[in-house]
Amino acid sequence: MKKPIACILTFLALAFSAGCARHDQNGFTALKPTAYGAAIVESSGGKQSAAVGTTLHDPLVVQVNDEQGAAVAGAPVMLQGPTGVQFEPVAGLTDSSGQFTSNVTLGVAPGRYQLVASTTTKAGKSVELKSEAIALGYQEMLGSRLNDQYCARCHNQDSTPERVSNYDNLAVNPHLFTEGDTLNKMSDADLASIIAHGGPALNKSPLMPPYGYTLSKSEMQALVGYIRVVADPPYGAPGIVYAQK
Amino acid sequence: MRLPDSIEKLRQRLFGDTVRTFAWTSLLLLILLAVAPAKHYFADWRVYQRGYQQLISKRSDAVTLRRHFEPGIQQIWLPEIGVVDRCTTCHTGLKEASLADVSKQPYRHHPDMPHKAEEFGCTVCHRGQGAATSVEDAHRATDAWDEPLLPAKYLESSCGQCHQQDLKGTPQLNLGRKMLTQYGCIHCHTVKRPDGTVVAATDDPPSLEHIADKTSREWIYAWLKDPQAYSTTATMPNFKLKDEDARDISAFLMASSTPGPDAGSKVVPAVLEQAKKLKGDATLQTKAASLYGQSFCASCHAVQNAAGNLVGGDIGPELTKVGSKVKPEWLQAWVRNPHQYDPGTAMPRYRFTEQEVGLLTGFLMNKADADLLANVHLDAATPEQIEHGKRLVSDSGCAACHEVNGVKRPENFAPELTKVGSKPVAQLAFAPGVKHTLYDYLDAKIKQPHAFGAGLKMPQYTFTATQVDALVNALLSHNERALAMPAAKTVPALPESHYEAAGSAGKLIRDLNCFSCHMINGRGGEMAPELTSEGSSVQRDWLAQFLRNPNTLRPALIRRMPKFNLTDAEINTLTDYIMTVYQSPKVDRDSMPLTGYPAGQVELGKQLYYSKYGCQGCHIIDTKQDKGYVGPSLTHVGSRLTAAWVYNWMKDPQALRAGTQEPKRDMSDDDARALTAYLMSLKGHDAMEAKK
Repeated sequence: MKKPIACILTFLALAFSAGCARHDQNGFTALKPTAYGAAIVESSGGKQSAAVGTTLHDPLVVQVNDEQGAAVAGAPVMLQGPTGVQFEPVAGLTDSSGQFTSNVTLGVAPGRYQLVASTTTKAGKSVELKSEAIALGYQEMLGSRLNDQYCARCHNQDSTPERVSNYDNLAVNPHLFTEGDTLNKMSDADLASIIAHGGPALNKSPLMPPYGYTLSKSEMQALVGYIRVVADPPYGAPGIVYAQK
Repeated sequence: MRLPDSIEKLRQRLFGDTVRTFAWTSLLLLILLAVAPAKHYFADWRVYQRGYQQLISKRSDAVTLRRHFEPGIQQIWLPEIGVVDRCTTCHTGLKEASLADVSKQPYRHHPDMPHKAEEFGCTVCHRGQGAATSVEDAHRATDAWDEPLLPAKYLESSCGQCHQQDLKGTPQLNLGRKMLTQYGCIHCHTVKRPDGTVVAATDDPPSLEHIADKTSREWIYAWLKDPQAYSTTATMPNFKLKDEDARDISAFLMASSTPGPDAGSKVVPAVLEQAKKLKGDATLQTKAASLYGQSFCASCHAVQNAAGNLVGGDIGPELTKVGSKVKPEWLQAWVRNPHQYDPGTAMPRYRFTEQEVGLLTGFLMNKADADLLANVHLDAATPEQIEHGKRLVSDSGCAACHEVNGVKRPENFAPELTKVGSKPVAQLAFAPGVKHTLYDYLDAKIKQPHAFGAGLKMPQYTFTATQVDALVNALLSHNERALAMPAAKTVPALPESHYEAAGSAGKLIRDLNCFSCHMINGRGGEMAPELTSEGSSVQRDWLAQFLRNPNTLRPALIRRMPKFNLTDAEINTLTDYIMTVYQSPKVDRDSMPLTGYPAGQVELGKQLYYSKYGCQGCHIIDTKQDKGYVGPSLTHVGSRLTAAWVYNWMKDPQALRAGTQEPKRDMSDDDARALTAYLMSLKGHDAMEAKK
């Protein structure tokens, strides 16, 4: 009479294994690389910033090279990031120009995200490339918008025909907001003070006008928040603090 | 059934006699009873509240934080807007600014926001189940949950429930709303705002009533097959038509087209002759290219350069391959007077000479792509094909956007989207592979409409990921909650301005389409400066001179005011009207003199300009020394602006032009007066030479 029990046990075992069989397919294992490189480098798309949970404006493009530095087509590339980051696609083979392109959607926590692109060498060793993206929270987005409207013409060197940068025209060059080495040493209060009262408030260039009668207090705070989040090296810590889940 | 021996032995030992049976069942009952208090003790919210107390106990401001903390289930109840939110039960640190460094949920400090949680609750913005007290129920629960938590990228949609006007802090929502009116969505889908007003389209799809005058059947065929192949910036979506369908629609459109009001009447053979000559004549080509440049066609029209980048504005259509599209007879008539073919066009009527019309026509006809129509070979249309084309035109809803002879504009061609943002998931038909949430559905429907079924009429747009997200934001904002929101909590949309200038000047303003670029009294574009207060701001002579020959004040700009070749009489009419009608209530033009300021005051103003206020950082006065490129050049500001305007601008630039980059200073009246005196002394080169 052991038969029914054995039957039930077999059924349970089968049901259990069937339940477990449904796991996420790892795209990497499905790849069939036709070539292998020795190094992986970033072509474009690093150091971008975007609102939390949104897709970066430009895709992340990485390139796989061989020992001589020539691009390798058909090499495997896999992308990884902190929890919440999505890649589309997350893995694949390099195209004919040796590049792999992926759209990156950031997680919901504001902060810096380390994105890791890796490829396998012929010897089966994994080579990594570390890239970074910045997720802006509500506060930093507000700051970023104000930066575009009021600050970027002088505090950014990027020039377009429609918006020529004024950076090089000034007798005293303004600090780029990414200059963490300098700006990280200033307190929030000092930064807010320069924004509100202009350069002379801290004995700096009078070419920086006061914005205290134009911007509200919370707007100035938002700007400081933005300056902090784009600083390079990052603000506030020895070593990088990456956004956590 | 006989149990195995070992189990039988165990049964004997446990339930062998009544006492044992009673003891074991009592124990079992006790354990079962204990489940209830245990569940209570380990409820999600209690665990989180204990975690929070642990978290704050280690902090320096523990006493303050503990005083703010209220144990037990917390609830925000706002019957007026249907909110019962218990989120603050677990999200205990929302209002504690000192917890800004805590990234662990649910304790994170909520970023600064314009509203108080006590007034709006949490779910109005974030969605989710407000009354739930477990993580799973509140945030996500199962598939097909009607109110899942909104992902961060769609949060701006919630602002749009109450704010029908654009907000500074919601770029995504603003973009989405603009796209809704610009890409033809609402020609087919009706969208009503909560106040009952209908969202109106801002695009102006061309009428196809006289299409045969303008272009060839082959071009129509190629365009229908793939609009983006002709122009990457084309807003017309791809309807994924079969070859024979495109053939029949093009046949019908050509057959139904009637001659336009200008057909044939204005064809000047000499002009066409000159246009033709251009092809082999390098000198004429250079001349034409410089005319194209001088007329600042690029302010509105883009052309692809050798590197494949689009250069130019986006008010008019892209012209990279226009020579493959239009007929020269139509183009020359259009260049001469665009209003005749399309009275509603945004393009101004330039006063070109016939020779110039010929040059530009030839120049544009040369912008052709031989490959575009190389593979299009269409036989003469049969009556059956034309009849089939007509049916396709009315079935595909072409007439919802375009005027077509013989086909009426369909009413309610596509589902109304007024409540699309709260559509129950159970009512949606999902394509395979799409996650069962409303926002994933909208995203997929815009990206891949044809994945939802072969017979669906929704066309394929070519949007970037950012554009799709923006559009989903705009759609989600149109929901039941928005409709039920009490009027006191909402900010209605600005009524659309239908401002028209009066009299002969008004006629000129329409003829030149000033509104395409300039905003006047709430109507018009944003490319060029607003003119509502222009009469208080500038001097009459300067304005007349500028209209005769517009020299840009900002040398770095590509997009500039074109020269329209106005007659003296026209310039007079326009100048008089602008100086008289477009006055600011804040600035009395005649309250300060244009000249005659004492030399001492001028000198003081100069010192203030260069030292205290550092104006040279953004403006140029001395072209050899100053380099500021941000603001307009001030070399001859004294003959351009009125003193009263300059003085008021010094006191508060934002009050005269909201959002301008120049900040307001805490400037004393004396300083402002001295700066005005200095700036008014800058009359420009002509004046200086006269002095010598």
